[in-house]
Amino acid sequence: MSMKKAVIAANRFGLGARPGDLERAARNPEAWLLDQLSGPSRLPAEIRALPDSASVLVEVRDVRRNQRQMKKDGDDPAPDIVEKYGRVMRRHYLDQTAARYRTAARSDTPFHERLVHFWSNHFAVSADKQPMPAIAGLYENEAIRPNVSGKFADLLLAVEKHPAMIVYLDNQRSIGPNSTLGKRANRRRKDQQFGLNENLAREILELHTLGVDGGYTQQDVTTFAQVITGWSIGGANDRGRFADGDPGRFEFRDIIHEPGARTVLGRKYAQSGVGQGEAVLRDLAVHPSTARFLCSKLARHFVSDEPPAILIDTLTESYLRSGGDLAAVYETLLGDDEAWSTTRAKYKTPHDFVISTLRAFDHVPERPQFIVGALDLMGQTPYRPGSPAGWPDTAQQWGGADALYKRIEWSNTVARVVGSRVNPVQLGDAVLGSSFNPKTRKAVSRAESLTQGITLFLASPDFQRR
Amino acid sequence: MLNRRDMFKLFGVTTAAACMPRLAFAAAETDARFVLVVLRGAVDGLALAAPYADPDYERVRGELAIPRPGKAGGLLALDGLFGLHPSLAGLYERYRKNEALVVHATASPYRERSHFDGQDILENGAASVGALRDGWLNRALAPIAGDTELAIALAQNTPLVLRGDQSVTSWAPSRLPDADDSTIARLQRLYADDEFFAKRLEQALNSQQIAGGMGSMADTRPRGNEAQQFGELMRSAARFLTAPDGPRIGVLELGGWDTHANQGNTSGALANRFEALDNGIAYLREGLGTTWDDTVVAVVTEFGRTVHVNGTRGTDHGTATAAVLVGGAVNGGRVISDWPGLARKNLLAGRDLMPTTDVRSVFKAVLQEHLELPAGFVERTVFPDSSSAPALEYLVTV
Repeated sequence: MSMKKAVIAANRFGLGARPGDLERAARNPEAWLLDQLSGPSRLPAEIRALPDSASVLVEVRDVRRNQRQMKKDGDDPAPDIVEKYGRVMRRHYLDQTAARYRTAARSDTPFHERLVHFWSNHFAVSADKQPMPAIAGLYENEAIRPNVSGKFADLLLAVEKHPAMIVYLDNQRSIGPNSTLGKRANRRRKDQQFGLNENLAREILELHTLGVDGGYTQQDVTTFAQVITGWSIGGANDRGRFADGDPGRFEFRDIIHEPGARTVLGRKYAQSGVGQGEAVLRDLAVHPSTARFLCSKLARHFVSDEPPAILIDTLTESYLRSGGDLAAVYETLLGDDEAWSTTRAKYKTPHDFVISTLRAFDHVPERPQFIVGALDLMGQTPYRPGSPAGWPDTAQQWGGADALYKRIEWSNTVARVVGSRVNPVQLGDAVLGSSFNPKTRKAVSRAESLTQGITLFLASPDFQRR
Repeated sequence: MLNRRDMFKLFGVTTAAACMPRLAFAAAETDARFVLVVLRGAVDGLALAAPYADPDYERVRGELAIPRPGKAGGLLALDGLFGLHPSLAGLYERYRKNEALVVHATASPYRERSHFDGQDILENGAASVGALRDGWLNRALAPIAGDTELAIALAQNTPLVLRGDQSVTSWAPSRLPDADDSTIARLQRLYADDEFFAKRLEQALNSQQIAGGMGSMADTRPRGNEAQQFGELMRSAARFLTAPDGPRIGVLELGGWDTHANQGNTSGALANRFEALDNGIAYLREGLGTTWDDTVVAVVTEFGRTVHVNGTRGTDHGTATAAVLVGGAVNGGRVISDWPGLARKNLLAGRDLMPTTDVRSVFKAVLQEHLELPAGFVERTVFPDSSSAPALEYLVTV
């Protein structure tokens, strides 16, 4: 029995078994998972080697400012400067993507790593907006990674104050019309009015906390947008405005903050300054709608596309009872029989599929392009979900015919690379243990070549589900 | 000659597909092609087709206002009130040839401002969020489905509008070597017990066959940015829709319309997107050849954007917007609009263009007039709860 549970622990809750994982998990699968919650004892070297987002934001800003300056001088920016911007972005993007997938490929705490990816996707930024390609991975490591097993409120605050989220959802541009600067600017320029941008406020309510049916109104969105005016980034921007604050780090700018007490979701917030937004976020974090929304997503991610209502109720209760303690919710989830049902209910996303393949082969790719290319092909380009809603999490959305064909093609490509060095039957036994379907095992063992056997195994329903 | 539409009227057809002899709807019988382009992110309808003669237009739009027709970088006059965005020159040419029309101040029944819920309703055809879990275009296939998939998503994954009980397929370009025939045959056997995998592999193989006929490997590799890829997908759509046993209905998507900041007017981010759309339509037309005459392309988005410019030279989520029908089968050369006006008192909640035409009225017309589906079936099964949105008339040339 504990072997069956070990398979589930490694494949459904972890990132896919590496050779040896099943034996390690089998002693006590639940404990094996819970022991991972605090993450690895030491951050992986690749992640430690990354720069911090503040320095990258300053670097990117300076390249852009240079371009702008040249434009102002009447020249088009020299081609090498335009090229430099692209090169800088690309280098950071590839470094961060490599760090993410190399870490995932060899992590000894794959449950923790999966949670990092889960919350990073819940609080998605997308590399199709500048300068996200250069900081999306740093954001994940700085705001998400340290907070996945603590109180949700801390995770939420770390995210909403991170420069990546602020820039991604335009909040540094949102100006209170009655703020010091707003009044001054709007008096001076009648043609171009400065004002609110509701983007971040709306997505916090809709996507990060309450959920779209969580019981808020357009008025709440607007008011909340006023509350978080001034949540910005320190240092001058690429146009040279706003000099104060620590460059590239969170900065509260009182000069653009809409002053006054505000009522959000029926509760009055009389605080001034940054404390007002913080107070709203702390209340949102323990709101019953937030609890239900987050627990539904967790259940969907870990158990099935249509998780049983009673499981969601149980998790929600645990969330509210613990004041939004995520570790308590995970423990409740792992204590529920539904979590250990033996059917492989979840169709892997391309991200899951690629990582679990790397782990099955115990292979850490040298070139990040290999990973980016594969995921791009299968429709899940790293750090690029295309919207703040993040990637979908059900087979409905990933189950296109063409998408399956791409998985087969990629399996075939991988098989050609590793080719004759791996025995696919042993591979299947190491990854799926006793749950390796005898029919699949037979088909793999009768393949006409090791390469073909590997393709069949990777593309099999056994391996495509978790 | 009595066409099928008249026949339904005569017989007072009210029941769904079940009573219809399938033969009458065999795919071969209709030459009609339908392409649905979903623009994700909420397109600013006031930029797509600007009401330049509305007395409030220049005031509300400020720096985002596009110059009047005739001026440099100006609008392309559709009629005395509306002008098409200057980046949509190809579409304008179709309009001049009476092959394109614009429906303005249109919206789905959705009145909130979430992209995701808005797209849900646009695609499931329901009157409220989550009321239906399949897509309206999938439901519409029931009476006309044959042995082969009638509809294709030109995307790796099938968008909601095409998801549901009816079998559809999907295709997107690849740059990996194909798995060899023996491996595929073994996978087919391995998948035999698992319907999810078996069905998808079969569909994918059918698509591969059509795509394989497109020429060298190089032709099917994705290239360039999203805008260029959209153009390539439109070319591919034309190949699928002209293949002898290929699908007759295609769905494509193009994102990048969520212009919260620096949206631009004659040029800029939004103008570039319009250009990508315009090029895509031109590629489709080119690829379809004479089949273009039997084609209707509907270009729609989940909702519009605020009438006023926001603090960051962009626009925020709004309500009504514009939709486009283009194709040789479109009875075009006109703007269909019960124009609500841009004066403050006429705006929805003081900020959005007031919707006056339900976008389902457009879809219903296409399904009934172009795909010749029975009105009762469309009313009951494809768009339930849509009695407030009667089908528009004469959108398609007969």
